[in-house]
This record gives sequence, structure tokens and C-alpha cells, in this order.
Amino acid sequence: MDNLLSIVTFLPAVAALILAVFLRGDDPDAQRNAKWVALAATGLTFLLSLFLLSGFNPADPGFQFVEEHDWILGMKYKMGVDGISVLFVLLTTFLMPLTIGACWTVEKRVKEYMIAFLVLETLMLGVFCALDLVLFYLFFEAGLIPMFLIIGIWGGANRIYASFKFFLYTFLGSVLMLVAMIAMALDAGTTDIPSLLNHQFGSESFNLLGIHVMGGMQTLLWLAFFASFAVKMPMWPVHTWLPDAHVQAPTAGSVVLAAILLKMGGYGFLRFSLPMFPVASDIMAPLVLWMSAIAIVYTSLVALVQEDMKKLIAYSSVAHMGYVTAGIFAANQQGIDGAIFQMISHGFISGALFLCVGVIYDRMHTREISAYGGLVNRMPAYALIFMLFTMANVGLPGTSGFVGEFLTLVGIFQANTWVAVVATSGVILSAGYALWLYRRVVFGELIKESLKSITDMDRRERVIFAPLVAMTLLLGVYPSLVTDIIGPSVENLVSNYQTAVLERVDATQVATHH
Amino acid sequence: MEQVIVFLPLLGALISGFGWRIVGEKNAMRIATGLLIYACFSSWAAFLAPTGMTKHIEVLRWISSGTLDTYWGLRVDRLTTIMLIVVTSVSTLVHVYSFGYMDHDPQWKEGEVYKPRFFAYLSFFTFAMLMLVTSDNLVQMFFGWEGVGVASYLLIGFYYRKPSANAAAIKAFVVNRVGDFGFALGIFALFFLTDSVQLDVIFAAAPELAQTQISFLWRDWNAAELTAFLLFIGAMGKSAQLFLHTWLPDAMEGPTPVSALIHAATMVTAGVFLVCRMSPLMEFAPATLSFITFIGASTAFFAATIGLVQNDIKRVIAYSTCSQLGYMFVAAGVGAYSAAMFHLFTHAFFKAMLFLGAGSVIHAMHHEQDMRNYGALRKKIPYTFWAMMIGTLAITGVGIPLTYIGFAGFLSKDAIIESAWAGTNPMAGYAFWMLVAAAAMTSFYSWRLIFMTFFGEARGDSHTHAHAHESPKVMTVPLGILAIGAIFAGMVWYKPFFGDHHAVESWFGIPHAETVVAADHGAAPVEAAGTTDGHAPAADSHGADAAQDAVVATSAAPLQYGAIYMGPDNHVIDDAHHAPTWVKVSPFIAMLLGFALSWLMYIRRTDLPAKLAATNWPLYNFLLNKWYFDEIYNFVFIRPTFALGRFLWKRGDGATIDGGINGLAMGIIPFFTRLAGRAQTGYLFTYAFAMVLGVAVLITLMSLTGGAE
Repeated sequence: MDNLLSIVTFLPAVAALILAVFLRGDDPDAQRNAKWVALAATGLTFLLSLFLLSGFNPADPGFQFVEEHDWILGMKYKMGVDGISVLFVLLTTFLMPLTIGACWTVEKRVKEYMIAFLVLETLMLGVFCALDLVLFYLFFEAGLIPMFLIIGIWGGANRIYASFKFFLYTFLGSVLMLVAMIAMALDAGTTDIPSLLNHQFGSESFNLLGIHVMGGMQTLLWLAFFASFAVKMPMWPVHTWLPDAHVQAPTAGSVVLAAILLKMGGYGFLRFSLPMFPVASDIMAPLVLWMSAIAIVYTSLVALVQEDMKKLIAYSSVAHMGYVTAGIFAANQQGIDGAIFQMISHGFISGALFLCVGVIYDRMHTREISAYGGLVNRMPAYALIFMLFTMANVGLPGTSGFVGEFLTLVGIFQANTWVAVVATSGVILSAGYALWLYRRVVFGELIKESLKSITDMDRRERVIFAPLVAMTLLLGVYPSLVTDIIGPSVENLVSNYQTAVLERVDATQVATHH
Repeated sequence: MEQVIVFLPLLGALISGFGWRIVGEKNAMRIATGLLIYACFSSWAAFLAPTGMTKHIEVLRWISSGTLDTYWGLRVDRLTTIMLIVVTSVSTLVHVYSFGYMDHDPQWKEGEVYKPRFFAYLSFFTFAMLMLVTSDNLVQMFFGWEGVGVASYLLIGFYYRKPSANAAAIKAFVVNRVGDFGFALGIFALFFLTDSVQLDVIFAAAPELAQTQISFLWRDWNAAELTAFLLFIGAMGKSAQLFLHTWLPDAMEGPTPVSALIHAATMVTAGVFLVCRMSPLMEFAPATLSFITFIGASTAFFAATIGLVQNDIKRVIAYSTCSQLGYMFVAAGVGAYSAAMFHLFTHAFFKAMLFLGAGSVIHAMHHEQDMRNYGALRKKIPYTFWAMMIGTLAITGVGIPLTYIGFAGFLSKDAIIESAWAGTNPMAGYAFWMLVAAAAMTSFYSWRLIFMTFFGEARGDSHTHAHAHESPKVMTVPLGILAIGAIFAGMVWYKPFFGDHHAVESWFGIPHAETVVAADHGAAPVEAAGTTDGHAPAADSHGADAAQDAVVATSAAPLQYGAIYMGPDNHVIDDAHHAPTWVKVSPFIAMLLGFALSWLMYIRRTDLPAKLAATNWPLYNFLLNKWYFDEIYNFVFIRPTFALGRFLWKRGDGATIDGGINGLAMGIIPFFTRLAGRAQTGYLFTYAFAMVLGVAVLITLMSLTGGAE
């Protein structure tokens, strides 16, 4: 299986093509067929991706399953995964069948909807697998399109506003990244990512338009990438597109957005910013750490006063991504291990939380918290599932949410105790907003007339939640499943990073001595 | 065997919570209880086993990242086995008791299944608590720590239709999280300093930590002091100490068996356990120990003052618990860890009994909790009355002064007060007087409870009184068993907990004996070699310990620790034994004073309380409103937090970020929106196509430039 990575990546796209070409009509039969084709394709993709896991050698920190072919216009098609990216591939393939399952009740333009998700899966997988700068950029930017359409066509009442806000934010960030990529290609003479990882970008300070640029070229490149990734994460203060996008997106769209798309920013930091521009990362780390700490407290406070369930969970997502960025730029083993773990765990937990909102939205067609109350009386199974993921979101030990939070904070503490204290205070606030939400929706007397006939989760919904419950608990009890795979690659990253930073410190000292 | 003790309750929780549909309601509850009874007997077997050695059991790998390596592992030593029997015994009795108490709960409608859920929560709590006390590393302890927090949250909010119960549950969880915030930072700091979260490694590093400075926030701190302090913040939250105590009285919203198990006997003592567990670190943090003493003494006094005037029977006992926990912290703070554990141990029996007794009264009185509506129940519920009497005699500390004969509380509480007198830290003197004053108040409010409930005339609804009935056997038998503990636990276990140094040492498996020996003879520390010779059994256990566990042997070279550690200068237990007579009788006199005053006000001159309240109304209201802590916190923390949240949302996100920084984008969006509004939604595909085109153009441009290179 030399081309396993390509097969996994493009299988959904092929299915999308089949749907586009062969499926005709918009009658219920055609709709059902579209859904089943999509489910089968994503399911098969997941099964195939398991071969990636079984064939992956965790002890090797380098790229594996590498494929390289010539492509159009003298560009290269190069794919491969290492310990940092392989689990994101699996996260994506794992979540997509569940996402398709969550679309089951959609009736509007089903075929197109399925195509959008299938194409989106291919593009997301491409981002995590691409080992060529151009290829990466293509996947990274094109991924916006299906998401843009999902929000814009199948979204809520205010979907046009939200989809354009989403598009503009992320696109403006990307333009800067593109400029940086061109500069990198010119500087290094290659667009091959493994080669770029070994290339040393200039870090001598210089003056630009009268401004002293510490870290020189690296800092400029770093900033350009940062503009793109920070928006994708999203980091405070460029996070405001996310709550709007979530509120307007259909349930399945929110799941993918929160669970996978947000992780591209974090992945980008780990693939580009930290290893390629270590000196700049070191210089900018305090800024990122503080932005993360502010994000955690700020968005947690904002989450506390939300009236819309999805908005609340969206703000909570931003807070959780704060741990990720802080962990990454703590730049030590625990911080980065924790950041990756947190991203994967957040994939399951936030995905599940948006599905929880979807369950009752499907029944009541409102996300207003005040429209609910006392659901436990009629929906005990739902109450249990929602409680589990609320607790996981709060970072309860025994769930995967704890491991990520704990490891990142251990890492952050070593980097900056102020930031660690501020970030840790997030555990108090998260308990506040999460339990307060749960109480208003689930607990209490069931008074509202409209809720008196609400039904508990059906079998389809339970089947969707079961794998998420299993993963959340499994990774909470036995996180080595993840850390064993990411460990060596992260160790490699950290040691290269530290070497580069130390060299610079030495160089500066030598310079001052002379 | 220890794994079985820990994991059986989890199994019980799962069977009861999920399996009741298969095995039936009653059977699910029986299975959960049966498993716990088994765990309880196993615990007693472990407790009574003669050896005080430390045993390590690894179960499964947990979090590992770089040098951070944690295991799900058990550490079994004397401290653990004490907690094991406390937790499993009280839990078993509470399970049994709940068969009666939770039957026909008026909170639930006909046909609603709530009992298996209740038992599942109870068993889950027990599991989490056992994980906490058996942990051999701080992260797993944190797992248990938060796990009991969740169980407590679920059980306080068990009546989920009641808004007050929901509010109390959230309050408990969030306030505990404030403590956990400190605990977590303590763990981070310890890992930063010692590169480990294993207790043994941390203990071994403690002397070095005392010599280390750590930069934290705005200045450098002594590493031992800082980490000990941060961990104690966690203890304050869990054990409801002053400033973080506000959740405990509200936690009484939960069903009464829960209050007995979680909010009296076990969970709230976790903080005391933590301080004792970390004694090897605490001993190197004298300033933190003073702080612990201060907080403990203040809490003991403060909670007792509020207990004086409360009218809800459960709240009186809740404040009493808060106060008694303060006693335990004082003991730990002055270095008498064994005395703290002693009181924890005896308190579990008599406080659980008081709560279960109160539950029995409430059960008899059709869920009336206001003592002003009680009275003259002595004859109606005689078993409960005698159980409550024994509990009161135990908590107030009745015994024969200057002997070792008395109820459980007499021995353990006096041990603490004497230790406070003997303590050398700057807060010990303050603590001594606060505790004696608290002892008088304890006696007053405890007897007040008895007098208002069982004596005098029947008050309140006469119909309720007429139907008051003794609780079923399934409830009174647990009371009887706890009564045995409340009477004898002190006398039987006085020696190992607070007797002469030799008994305490071999009991806790403390290998190096120089500390107390030296103190006893009033001499400077003796040569270690000589001591070891003189105490061969201790040395043996040391050797066996080291042989048994490689981790300890390799990493903890300089010092070996038993279940607790007392530094070479810590002579507090022996000094306490040599306390003057007036010190030793002072708690007894305080107790008599409290009793006499209570008798005067609630039996002899029943008009006095009202008069006193009227003439001293500012003080009365101050106490009745619990020193206005809730109001102050609401004003200082809660409302500003929400206001800040709203401000950041509307002003920050709304006006500043969306409106200002992205003014450009916001100018463009409406334009596009108008454009799109006019078009069909299908035109979105056109925009998407334009995007693809744009991307393609950019990439072509780039590849051409790249190619030119």
C-alpha cells in the first residue's frame, strides 16, 4: 500500500464525484442513497486510515508513508505523516462518519450537502498530510470553500453574514501566509516541507522602515503565518467570527468546524512556526502566551453570560484553544504533548457538545437557553450524555479533557508562572459556565408547555454518541494511546527548537563580547 | 486485595446505575451494598494487619509525557488503611441506612426510579474517595479529589427539580474548584521542582526544597513553603475552611445520608488527609504550618459561633463539622499529624451518627428540619434519641478528666487542644484559646440541639408530632454500630494515635525514631545509628519497605518515610503529654460551661434565648446570617464576574473587536450581504468558484516564482 495516504485522502472526493455524476433527482430515495454513499465512503476511509495507525512506527520521529510525484507546472505532489500529524488524520476520519450520521435529518439539497462534506474531508486530510508548501496551501485555503457553502446554504437565518465574516477573517489571514510562503520558497529554493524544516531561515535582526526587527527574516515570516493560524485557532482578539459561524452553521457543520477545522491552526504552528522559525517563536512566545491567557479568561467570562447554547460552547472552544496555543509556545515536551492531546480531545468533546445542542435543536428548533429547562424529566439518556461531556469540557480527571489541560498547564508553568496562574484560573470559570448551562437546560422542573412532549434520544443519536463517549473515557484513563505516538516527534521538535534558540543566545553573547 | 477494595465500589456504581434495568431496582441496590460490605471487611483486614509497612501497587500507566510519568497506582500504608476503614465503614452503613431513608422519598412522583441512581452515586463517591486516599502520586490524588467533587455535586443536586439544590450543587463544585486551582498549581510547581509527581520522590526532595528558591509570580519564594501553601489551598476548599467554607452549609440540600457520608465523615476530611499525607513536605514549611494553624483555629471558632444560633438541624451539624475540621487542621498545623488523624477517625463515627440520627428525626417528622418545630421527641423515637445522645456526648468530649476513659471525642479533641498548647509555631497560642472557646460553643450548640429536639414541649404542627414514629431497623442498626465507634474508638486507639512515641511510630511505620526519642529525654537529636539499634522493629520495617519497592529504594535515598513524618525538632506530641493540668482540664471545663448555659437557656429558662436575641440583635443577626459571607461574596465576586462577562461580550467583542479592529471587514460584509441578499442562495456557488479561481491564480503565480529560482 504505497499510496495509502493518497487513497485515504482522496477516497471521500471520489465518492463526492460519484454522487455528483451519477446521482440524479431530489426524491427521498435519492436523498437516502446520497446519505448512504457518504456514510459508506467516510466509513471506509476510517477503516483504511486504521492501516495508517497499525503501520505507523511511533519510535521514528520522521515522516512515514511518504509519497512523492511530479505534478503540474513543475510542482511536486508530496504527502506523508509524522507523529504530530497522523493522529489528526485519524481524528478526521473518525469524526466524519459520525458527522454524516448527524446530517441524517437534513432534507434540503441533500446530495450537495453530502458532496460538500466529502470534499471537505479530503481537503482537511490533505492539510494534515501535505509535505509540499504549495500543496499545503491549496488544501488549507480550499478547505474554506465547502465550509463556507455549508454555512451559507444550510445555515440559520443570518447565515450570509456569518459565512462572509468567516470567509473574510480566514482569507485575509491567508493572504499574508501566501506572501510568506513565496518568500520562503525564494529563500530556500524549495517548497518541500521536510527540506524547509532543515533550512535555517535568517534570524539576524535588521531595521525595516525604521523599526528594529528582532529575529529578522524569521520574525517577519513568523508574523505572516501567525496571522493565518491565529485566525484559524481562533485566538483572542480575532476570535469573533467563530461564535457567529457556529450559531449559523448547521449541526454537522459546527461539529466539523469545532472538532477539525480549528485544529488546522494548531497544526500549522507545530508544522511551520515552531520548527521553521524557532528564533522568532522564542521572541514572540511571551506575546502568544499572554494572548492565550487572556483568551482563556476573557472568553470564559463571555461564555458565562451567553443566552444561546451554541454561542456558549463556541466561546468555550476559544478558551480551550487558549490552552493549546499556550502549550505550544511553552515549547517543552509537556506543553506540546498537552496541546496536541487537547486538540484531539477537544475534537471529541466539542464535537459531542455541538451534537448535544443539535439533538434538542432538531426537536425544538431553538438554541435559546431560556427555552429549555427540566429536560432530565423526559430525556434521561440525553441528560447522562450531556453531563458526561459537560464534565469532560470542564476537564474532569478520568476524561480526556483533563489530560490535555493538565499537560499544557504543566508545560506553561515551566515557561511562565504568571501565565500559568491566569490560565489555571480558567478551570474555575469553565466549571461555572458549563454547569450553569447544564442546570438551566437539563435540571429543574419541566414547566414549559412546548417541552412536555419532547422525546429522548433515538437509536441513531445514541449510535453517534457511543464512539465519542468511548474515546473520551478511553483517552482519559489511558492517554498513552496518544502520547506514545506523538511523543518521539514532539521530542525531536523540542530538542531542535531548543538547540536553535541556544545557538542564537550563544551567537548574541559572542557578538556582545566582541 | 487493595485493588479489590478500591474497584468494587466502582463496579457497584456501574451495576446500580446501569444494570438496574436488568437485575431490578432492589437487586441493584443490594449488589452495590453487598460489594461495599465486602470492601469494608477487606479494609478492616488490611487495617488490623500488624504491619505498618508501605506497599506500592501499580495498576496501569496513565499520563506520560517526557519526564512526567504517572501511573494508576495504590500506596498502602497506615494513613491509607485508616482512611480505608473510615470510608468503607461509613459508606457501608450509609448504604444500608439509605434503604430505609430513601424509601418513599416525597420528592419523587409515583413510579419514578431514583433509588438505584442514588446508590450508584454513593458507590461512585466511595470509589473516588478510595482512589484519593490510596493514591501514590499527586495527579491520581487529584483524580480522586475532583471525582469526589463530582459525586458531591451530583448528590447535593440529587433533587434536581429543586432550584435551591441545583444552586447548592453548582456552588459546591465551583468553590471546590477554587481550592483545586491552588492544588493544581501546587502539583505544577512540585513537578517543576522535582521532575516528578510521585509522593516518594517529592518526600525525598523535601529537605532540598526547603533550601531552594522558586520564582513564582512577582518574587522568589521558598520552594517548600510555596508548594505546601498551594496544596493547602486545595485542602481549604475541600475541607470547607474559612473563606472557602460557604458551600458546606448549602450542601445540606442533598439527602441526609449524603450529608453523613460526604459532608461529615469522609470527603470533607480529604483536606486534613492531604496535609497529613504531605507531612514530609509540610515539616519543611514552618510558615505554611503556622498559616494552617491560624486558618484551622479561626474556622473552628467562627463556625462554632454560627452554629450557636442556627435553627435547621442539619445546618447546626454542618457548622459543627466545619468547626471540627478546623480542630484537625490545628493539630496538623502544630505538627501533631497523628492527632489530626485521630480526630478525623473518631469524628467520622460520631458525626456520621449525628447526621444519620438527624436523618432519623427528619424521617420521623415528615421531612421537617426546623428545630423550632421539634420538641419532646425523646419518648417517640427512643433509639434515635439515645444515638443522638451518644453522639453528643462524644462530640462535646465527655470523659473522666486526666484519664484515658471517655467518649471518642474526649480523647481526640483533648489531644488536639493539648497539642495546640504544646505547639511551637507562632499561631499555636492563638489556636489553643480559640479551640477552648470553640469547645465551649460546641457543647452549647450540641446540647441545644438535643434539648430543642428531644426535650421540652412539642412545638409546631401537632399532626406531625402525633404521627412521629421510630425509624425502621435498617436505619437504627447503622446508628447502633456507629454508636459503638463513638463510644470506644477513642479509648481503643488512643495509644497508637497519640500514646507514647514508640506506639505511634510503629503504628505509622515511621522508620527513623530519633525525633521523638530525643524529645522524650529532653536531649539533642541522638545519633541515628544508636536509635536504630534501640528500635530494631522499626529498622526492620524500613528494610522490608525498601526491599519491597524499587522506586522508593532508588529515588528516596536520603530519608525513608513512614505514613507520616515528623521532623527532628517536632516534639509536640511528647510536650502535649507533659502539658500542665489546667491545660488538660480546660476543654472539660469549657464543655461543662457550654452544657450548663445550654441547659439554662433551653430547659430551665426557655424565655432567655428570645430575650438575648432581642437585646443583642446586631450580634444575633450577624451570626444568624453566617457573618454575611454569602452576601459579601455575591457582591465582591459573583456579580462583578457576570458584569465583566457582559461588558467583555457587548463592549469587547461587540463594539471594540467587531466594530473597531475589523472596521474594514465589517464595512465589506454588509456590502456582500446586500449583494447576496439580492441574489439566490445558489449564487454562493459562484462565489465559491471565484474563490477557487483566486486560489488557483495565486498558486500559479507562486509556482512560477518558485520555478524561476
